[in-house]
Amino acid sequence: MRIGLFVPCYIDAFFPEVGIATLELLERFGHEVVYPEDQTCCGQPMANSGFNADCAGTESLFVRNFVGFDYVVAPSGSCVHHVRDNLDAIEQTSEVKEVRSRTYEIVEFLHDVLKVEALPWARFPHRVGLHNSCGTLRRLKHAAPSELREPFFSKPMALLSKVKEIEFVTPSRPDECCGFGGTFSIFEEAVSAKMGYDKVSDHARAGAEYIVSADSSCLMHQQGCAERIGVPIKFIHIAQILNGASA
Amino acid sequence: MSFKLFQRGDARDMLHPELLAADDRDAIYRGERRLDHAEGMSKPLRARPEPQPRGAKVDGDKPIDQAEAAARFIAAPEHEKMHDERLWDLRQKRDREMHGIAEWEDLRALASSIKEHTLVHLDEYLEQFEENARQNGVHVHWAKDAAEHNHIVHGILKDRGAKSLIKSKSMLTEECGFRHYMASVGVEVIETDLGERIQQLDDESPSHVVVPAVHKLRTDVAEVFAKTIGTDPDNSDVHYLAEAQRESNRPLILAADAGMTGCNFAVAETGSVVVCTNEGNADLSANVPKLHIASIGIEKMIPRLEHLAVLVRLLSRSALGSPITQYTSHFRGPREGGEMHVVLVDNGRSERLGMAEFWTSLKCIRCGACMNTCPVYRRSGGLSYGATYSGPIGLIIDPTFNARKFSNLPFASTLNGSCTNVCPVKINIHEQIYAWRRELVRRHETPFVKKVAMKAAGELLSRPAAYRAAVATTNVALANLPRFVIYNGLNAWGRHRETPHAPSQTFHSWYKANRRVKP
Amino acid sequence: MSSRDDILASIRANRPQVKRSLLETPLFDANRPSSLLAAFKENLERMGGIFLEPPASGERLAPVYDRIANATVVCSTAPEVAGTRNIAATVQPQDLADVDFAVVRASFGVAETGSVLLGDRELCVNALAYLAQHLIVLLDPADIVVNMHHAYRRPEFKTGHYCAFHTGPSATADIEGVLIHGAQGVRSLCVVPIPKSETEAVP
Repeated sequence: MRIGLFVPCYIDAFFPEVGIATLELLERFGHEVVYPEDQTCCGQPMANSGFNADCAGTESLFVRNFVGFDYVVAPSGSCVHHVRDNLDAIEQTSEVKEVRSRTYEIVEFLHDVLKVEALPWARFPHRVGLHNSCGTLRRLKHAAPSELREPFFSKPMALLSKVKEIEFVTPSRPDECCGFGGTFSIFEEAVSAKMGYDKVSDHARAGAEYIVSADSSCLMHQQGCAERIGVPIKFIHIAQILNGASA
Repeated sequence: MSFKLFQRGDARDMLHPELLAADDRDAIYRGERRLDHAEGMSKPLRARPEPQPRGAKVDGDKPIDQAEAAARFIAAPEHEKMHDERLWDLRQKRDREMHGIAEWEDLRALASSIKEHTLVHLDEYLEQFEENARQNGVHVHWAKDAAEHNHIVHGILKDRGAKSLIKSKSMLTEECGFRHYMASVGVEVIETDLGERIQQLDDESPSHVVVPAVHKLRTDVAEVFAKTIGTDPDNSDVHYLAEAQRESNRPLILAADAGMTGCNFAVAETGSVVVCTNEGNADLSANVPKLHIASIGIEKMIPRLEHLAVLVRLLSRSALGSPITQYTSHFRGPREGGEMHVVLVDNGRSERLGMAEFWTSLKCIRCGACMNTCPVYRRSGGLSYGATYSGPIGLIIDPTFNARKFSNLPFASTLNGSCTNVCPVKINIHEQIYAWRRELVRRHETPFVKKVAMKAAGELLSRPAAYRAAVATTNVALANLPRFVIYNGLNAWGRHRETPHAPSQTFHSWYKANRRVKP
Repeated sequence: MSSRDDILASIRANRPQVKRSLLETPLFDANRPSSLLAAFKENLERMGGIFLEPPASGERLAPVYDRIANATVVCSTAPEVAGTRNIAATVQPQDLADVDFAVVRASFGVAETGSVLLGDRELCVNALAYLAQHLIVLLDPADIVVNMHHAYRRPEFKTGHYCAFHTGPSATADIEGVLIHGAQGVRSLCVVPIPKSETEAVP
């Protein structure tokens, strides 16, 4: 397969190791992975604030970069949700629709498309709390949310369970939002920070050494909160663990 | 030998003046002189309970600053903790009920389809309801807006010489500013629901559609009751306070000239008004005085009794995690020797029906489940929204009442989607919040600063070269600027959080250096 | 044009241009509990109600008489139990404000919720069930339906002008979530399983 790697703006700037892990992980399964260098962003920050018109330029740039790949894969649930469900500031040509429908987040790609059975290189001897971001949980349907009466399933858990020596802990509010919410973290920063404090404290009380998530934006926010209030917990993206990181 | 004459509450020589009690009942005076020997020496110290944080500042039509009010709520940690835990507990109780009903998701789908069908045929069902209610001896009135509702009710009361009115909880009457109107025309209104009564006595709006005083600590209630119904200000035992309110309200109920209820569901096929309470106060309000008036939002219609079963099964389970409210009352007609009136109220509902993205918000059955699950609401308190309806449902219906005043509300959300999942009638709340953001931008109801920032962001992110340059700068900046520049009042991120660590290179530079295929 | 006309016109003008048909409402009664009475009792108690088990032998109404023994004013509209206040003598609902115990018969009960339906015919004066300090309800065990879907098929909702489901006593948790019984209405609700025509009517 020829895969286009989409590395969202904030991962490019603050968490390059997540982009690297995603690239290496996809290559481990024998696929050709290309990183179109003119990419910047999917348009989500403007769209989420209602400024649809201001996304158009960014969204067309995204489509131009990713046309022609079998799949477009990104280590960010919120960005992939935007591309698949809300990238509508530009004319919906067949090309646009193609790119949109082929865009996947890394966990769902590994679970649903590659149907990964084993990760023999992966070992993570630590206690982890899994944080399913609201974007991956309720919009990309990574796992069963606690509000619905449906059979339990969890794609990230299914993948992480293949990692040697990993131990899971469960916080008291497993899928309460951590408070990042994009521009919410700036415009409603007191509430955002309080939600973050509560989230990291909850994981810490459950005994987590690491919080792992498929969304670096949540991790960035939680890390900022944990460091401010002195909660000694570490943060890691799921792609890094699945790619063989041991810490 | 000289002595100092201590003044009442003299805080100048105290390290912790905030511990001084407001009153000075423990001090002993002989004339002007306060005794200062062993027993009389101590100032009346009292660890003051945390004062109640008040709601959003309201200034005409200026956009409500929900974030400011939320920050004040969070700055009252006892209140915030209690509020968050209490409502999260209701959410968990709701989940427990859900797991006990195998057909739960089927019921939600049914409830949603019943409500949508009714709304699409609302005129027919309203006419059917009116016809049946009239046949049962009920007087049916129609009010286009809040003012007309208040006017009609006042007319009914005036015609019968009614000067006092007991009522059960009704969000519609809150929407209509009913109590204030009645006060202005000299009708005494007594709320009978405990939470509503507390709020009435405190001259504050309800903060939650089901538990109106959920934001108050028992000490806040003790303070309100001490000032208004004469309870002991130092006694904040909840049973004592509830009993005091029961005994205080009872004579008012018995003496009232008229009673008013809201309406949870109006059944078209029988002309029935259905009201759900836990206290039985709707039944008291309707059955003690001779005159019963029910205020009904037109969206409360449902076609038949069989549909009532679906909604009643979902309502209390979603709201409080109990299978049904203690009282589910069906009013079909007046009592012998009594009178029953209903007022069907539009107040913007028919207009909302015409909004393609937002009409399904009319399905709302006012259960409050969205508020209970919303992590923002639980930490902000309902009064931070400055509107009749708060929490997620408030975010999507308040802008229809006043787009300018409530233009900030759709941003008081992380779009996490939990509200949509708990809604018993499957309103896609978080999607409507997202849609409102676009709508408000389209109507130019966004602050100038945000507009400029978003335009700049949009331009930067559509130009790869400019973007690369900016990112390099940010990282360089983060790596080099001293802390105080980053953590000042201008940088909202840094107020309560550490900033992200600056990596030595971006992914882009790493890729260029390590992976780019050389031609 | 009246407000009625305006509102109806506005609704018609704004009607959503979608098709939304009414689906069939199932009865959801596939998993019936083996004993409706036992399920009713469990749910009644969950909601704070008291189930007065009749004794194995002897006077079935003994638990009721025990409860009302020290009451000053008992108002019964159920022929099986004699009270001290005659409901027919009530001029206005406020006259019942001093009632300690009200005794009434329910139209039927609902197993799913532990609810009993009280209607204006049995109550005679509706306010009786709300002004009394305590309420005792006689319920025929044969008249318990499995769930709310069955409940709303009963004729009581199309006859009479008033009926209400009572599920436990008056309650509130409005102050810090502390549960209170006897918020505005009755402080206690007892249900006694007594068939309708078992005991002789007391004149």
